[in-house]
Amino acid sequence: MDKSAFEDRTTITGPMHAPLKHDSAHKHVAGTADYIDDMPEPAGTLHAALGLTDRAHAEIVEVDLSAVAAVPGVVCVLTARDMPHSNDISPTHLHDEPVLADGRVQFHGQPAFAVIAETRDIARRAARLARITYRDLPTVIDVVDAMATGGEFVTPPLTLQRGDAEGALERSPRRLKGKMRIGGQEHFYLEGHIALAVPGEDDEMTVWVSTQHPSEIQRMVAQVLGVPVNAVTVNVRRMGGGFGGKETQGNQFAALAAVAARKLRRAVKFRPDRDDDMTATGKRHDFLVDYDVGFDDDGHILAVHANYAARCGFSADLSGPVTDRALFHADNAYFYPNVKLTSEPLKTNTVSNTAFRGFGGPQGMVGGERIIEEIAYALGKDPLDIRKLNFYGDGDSGRDVTPYHQKVEDNIIRRIVDELEASADYQARRAAIIEFNRSNRVIRKGIALTPVKFGISFTLTHLNQAGALVHIYTDGSIHLNHGGTEMGQGVYTKVAQVLADSFQIDVDRVKITATTTGKVPNTSATAASSGSDLNGMAAFDAARQIKERLVAFAAERWQTTAENVSFVPNHVKIGEELVPFAELIRQAYAARVQLSAAGFYATPKIHWDRATGRGTPFYYFAYGAAVSEVSIDTLTGEYLVDRVDVLHDVGRSLNPAIDLGQIEGGFVQGMGWLTTEELWWDEKGRLRTHAPSTYKIPLASDRPKIFNVRLAEWSQNVEKTIGRSKAVGEPPLMLPISVLEALSMAVASVADYRECPRLDTPATPERILMAVERLRQI
Amino acid sequence: MAQESGSIRFILNDTEVALSEVAPTATLLDYLRLEHRLTGTKEGCAEGDCGACTVLVGRLVRDGRGEEGLVYESVNACIRFIGSLNATHVVTVEHLAAKDGTLHPVQQAMVDFHGSQCGFCTPGFVMSLYGLWLTNDNPSRAAIEKALQGNLCRCTGYEPIIRAAEAAARERPSALFDPITRTREAVTARLEALRQTETIVISKGEDCLILPVDATDLARVLAEHPDATIVAGSTDVGLWVTKQMRSLNPVIFIGGIAELQRIESSEAGLTIGAGVSYTAARDALSAAYPTLGCLIDRIGGDQIRNMGTIGGNIANGSPIGDSPPPLIALGATVTLRLKDSTRSLPLEDFFIAYGRQDRKPGEFVESVFVPALHAGQHFAAYKVTKRRDEDISALLGAFRISLDGDRVKTARIAFGGMAATPKRAKAVEAALIGQPWTEDTIRKAQAAFEADYQPITDWRATAAYRLLAAKNLLMRFFLESTGEIVQLQRFEEVA
Repeated sequence: MDKSAFEDRTTITGPMHAPLKHDSAHKHVAGTADYIDDMPEPAGTLHAALGLTDRAHAEIVEVDLSAVAAVPGVVCVLTARDMPHSNDISPTHLHDEPVLADGRVQFHGQPAFAVIAETRDIARRAARLARITYRDLPTVIDVVDAMATGGEFVTPPLTLQRGDAEGALERSPRRLKGKMRIGGQEHFYLEGHIALAVPGEDDEMTVWVSTQHPSEIQRMVAQVLGVPVNAVTVNVRRMGGGFGGKETQGNQFAALAAVAARKLRRAVKFRPDRDDDMTATGKRHDFLVDYDVGFDDDGHILAVHANYAARCGFSADLSGPVTDRALFHADNAYFYPNVKLTSEPLKTNTVSNTAFRGFGGPQGMVGGERIIEEIAYALGKDPLDIRKLNFYGDGDSGRDVTPYHQKVEDNIIRRIVDELEASADYQARRAAIIEFNRSNRVIRKGIALTPVKFGISFTLTHLNQAGALVHIYTDGSIHLNHGGTEMGQGVYTKVAQVLADSFQIDVDRVKITATTTGKVPNTSATAASSGSDLNGMAAFDAARQIKERLVAFAAERWQTTAENVSFVPNHVKIGEELVPFAELIRQAYAARVQLSAAGFYATPKIHWDRATGRGTPFYYFAYGAAVSEVSIDTLTGEYLVDRVDVLHDVGRSLNPAIDLGQIEGGFVQGMGWLTTEELWWDEKGRLRTHAPSTYKIPLASDRPKIFNVRLAEWSQNVEKTIGRSKAVGEPPLMLPISVLEALSMAVASVADYRECPRLDTPATPERILMAVERLRQI
Repeated sequence: MAQESGSIRFILNDTEVALSEVAPTATLLDYLRLEHRLTGTKEGCAEGDCGACTVLVGRLVRDGRGEEGLVYESVNACIRFIGSLNATHVVTVEHLAAKDGTLHPVQQAMVDFHGSQCGFCTPGFVMSLYGLWLTNDNPSRAAIEKALQGNLCRCTGYEPIIRAAEAAARERPSALFDPITRTREAVTARLEALRQTETIVISKGEDCLILPVDATDLARVLAEHPDATIVAGSTDVGLWVTKQMRSLNPVIFIGGIAELQRIESSEAGLTIGAGVSYTAARDALSAAYPTLGCLIDRIGGDQIRNMGTIGGNIANGSPIGDSPPPLIALGATVTLRLKDSTRSLPLEDFFIAYGRQDRKPGEFVESVFVPALHAGQHFAAYKVTKRRDEDISALLGAFRISLDGDRVKTARIAFGGMAATPKRAKAVEAALIGQPWTEDTIRKAQAAFEADYQPITDWRATAAYRLLAAKNLLMRFFLESTGEIVQLQRFEEVA
């Protein structure tokens, strides 16, 4: 009989659905959480710096690196010719993205060489001494330039259509067209890119990289070095933020560090300066949306035709799936009876844009919400009324099919919006704001309620797979490893909870270990909000396998049946006997039971045929809504976000504390994207906002002054996800579309709400003031 | 000839260090991370904007009554040069938790309220919150936000960090618990012993850094080294090094010169020494001139305000420095010193052209005198930025007018961000003087801005916006003088 202190305990610490703290929280606050630059360096570690070009588009006539190489402490200088096997790191295998520019510069700041030196300071100083001669070529910086000069695509565009959009537009009682520019966004992960390559024996290379995609880094390093993938091991314990910016953009630093490490047989660390990082790595795509909508006098949408043109930069990178996802979210939560959506992934002489939380979805959704706003102003109605008229309906309504022909089967947007409208007191506050605006000349207010419906799954179906590796050691302690990477979002914590819950042991018995390609192979990026969904299920599967073996063993040893064996807090109940978990493990080991398992998961049900634009690309949808209230100063365009109320759906939360953090953080990050974060290129194609002094992400004093965030606690996923939870990483980023629309309403007040202000984003104070001026002329 | 010694001495957490080999522009951050492997302090941007490198620096400071005390301030280690640390106590995040690993209340609250996600910014936040915790046991939300203006977080949206700050403020287990409180007396004594009494010179090869012992010594050293770079807070010069990779030699650190740290108040006005930080000047300026306290609160974050000086802001001559426009509007004069002679000139005349000031080789800015506001003078300064806090001005307007009855008697208006230097709006002034103080006059005077300024378009604003906003700031100034509420305010109270 067990006599331990835990005898009477009926619960474990850290089960699924508990608000467990982030596993590294204690280390974060103590300064003892090691990021790659904090790890002890191998003896003799060298340091690298990028040599950047200063043309947006040019032939390289001559590169004189003699002054660079002559700096004392410089060990070598790498150019494209020094790549042992391949100079290509294009993630979509289009061979359009060199590690180092070779013969041609395609964006201002494109790296042309790398300096390897005894110290980082020496490498950075030396990198400035190159003399590069160019022959300038015509440049295309902006989407509009690209369209005007033939509109070359970096990847094939997509068309989604259902019904007869053109015909329905012509037959519509009302119709309006417009354009909207939606700005890009710099990730501004607080920890910049970094890679540390350590050469091993033979062809082996171990690389520590701040990456969301270790398997991709592994493949790219192998490709550039010309070694089999099995020679390269990539490790990452944690990132200081990723947000999509470390899905493909770490390839260049890892590849260069590995090439130098191979050549010099010394460890090489590559940590670019913040300015170089912002110059040489991709960002969220900015878009130009052209829309044409037909509707009736009540505000029912009859047809939508929209084109989404994106600045993709010089190469494809992930622009194909990003622009696809924009189209997948142009409908947001609204049924379009007739629809045609097209994308234009345009080539420009700018850094190649990449993944960023939402992955095109936010830009698609902003365009869709602009259409709602336009209809509301045209009809003199509250945009919320137009939203309610156009929400997707239930299965029997005939209004449940998306532009990509997937049925919306888990629709809860009405309940979310109705509850939030009531709890935030939306109607009374809107009336009070309209009254306020009547009596205030300079300060104006606005309020808006906007919904979010976001599709969960990689739209490239085969990526929806994951693996986990679980070992139980003879003392009953558990080693957990899986393909998910930790960038602050808490996936390590959530998956550990899954394991603790499965075995019914305290979570501190689970050792969370660094993600490594050596333990779980062929992983997908931790992206598309999928980390917990996929890796949680893979870990669950590994636990299931081990538990089945333990149950079979226990049933045999204790002479009972499997049904009489159950996992209870920190014990296994076998018949009437409570056996401590560690004791069962000890006995299982002695009986030669395998205590290790590789788990695997592949998302069911989904499929997607891009050529026909039909399928079920998403396993399920996550929903949410926000009400935002703002004040603007009509003399300067400055504004404040006074209050935000959020109701968000995470299914049955795996960890409510972490999920709330994702929602609050995603909201503020999305708000920054739509308000103060502005990327600005000069006439030479030089990005001039390449540091926090010039690129302004939100501060504590920018967050909503009143910020009420609630989970829709009644929700659970209709699909069999881990614990019936839903993904949370990306969907909240789109909640602050409500801030944009509230700003728009405040602007519209100066013309008595007769005109849609058509605010472009980011809605900086300048754009607000200029919109006020425009409306005052009307 | 003053005596010379050759080492920088300070306390790092609980260890006294004496460095006799220091490069002129070696940064505190690299020193912590590379020399001591104190890797809790992070590099996020290397330009004093993100706060991931925040540490506290304690030093003996004389307050308004002349009492000396040990004051700890948050600073950015990434742009803080080692040479400026003599006789200070540097406290890093590793110093907070007890030896047995028990977290400090500030750290524990950050854990309890889920204040970290990726964790990279967290040590910097902990240090800023710790600086607040030391001085305020019941901070308002305004005070917390102000303490965090210099810290960027990309994950949390800040809400849990604010809640942690509120909770931590109430947690004070015992005086012995807190590492700074516990050692306050001992550290004070040690810093007194480390106080500089002679010129410090450290040179090796071409490298040379000098810490003059007083203003006369500074004048002497500058006369010998007219090409030297003077460093006070290094909030600007720091970036020449970390971003432009400039080699500066020699470097003269003036942070230890007590005479330059003085603020003298008289009926005529305020005299502010060139070494006075924004933080140190704030209360005196705020008391004497309306809106200047709020303006200073929007310059950088606490870390920058604790380091940066008004003298440096003037001497560097940036067209977008925030202190020159209000000082020009107030009629300030700047005093420069060359060897034993000083001269004073109107501040507006100091700025000759972009990047060019009226400062001779070997000359330095000693102080700035700001005339008191007379009864009947109205004054305000307004900063316009993309992001409200910790942003560089798109434009900044400052206005001082006096009325004779209902007519404008005098007007001094100056703007930053509108020209290559901080510059007066003389055409606008002329359009106001003698006219009735009415909205109609303002509307007519607004047009005169086009004669005064031809601003540029850059990443902070277009020329059209700058001009329009400048005109509107004049309207704001007028409307406020009539009592109309025309400015957004996040909080009623000032932090």
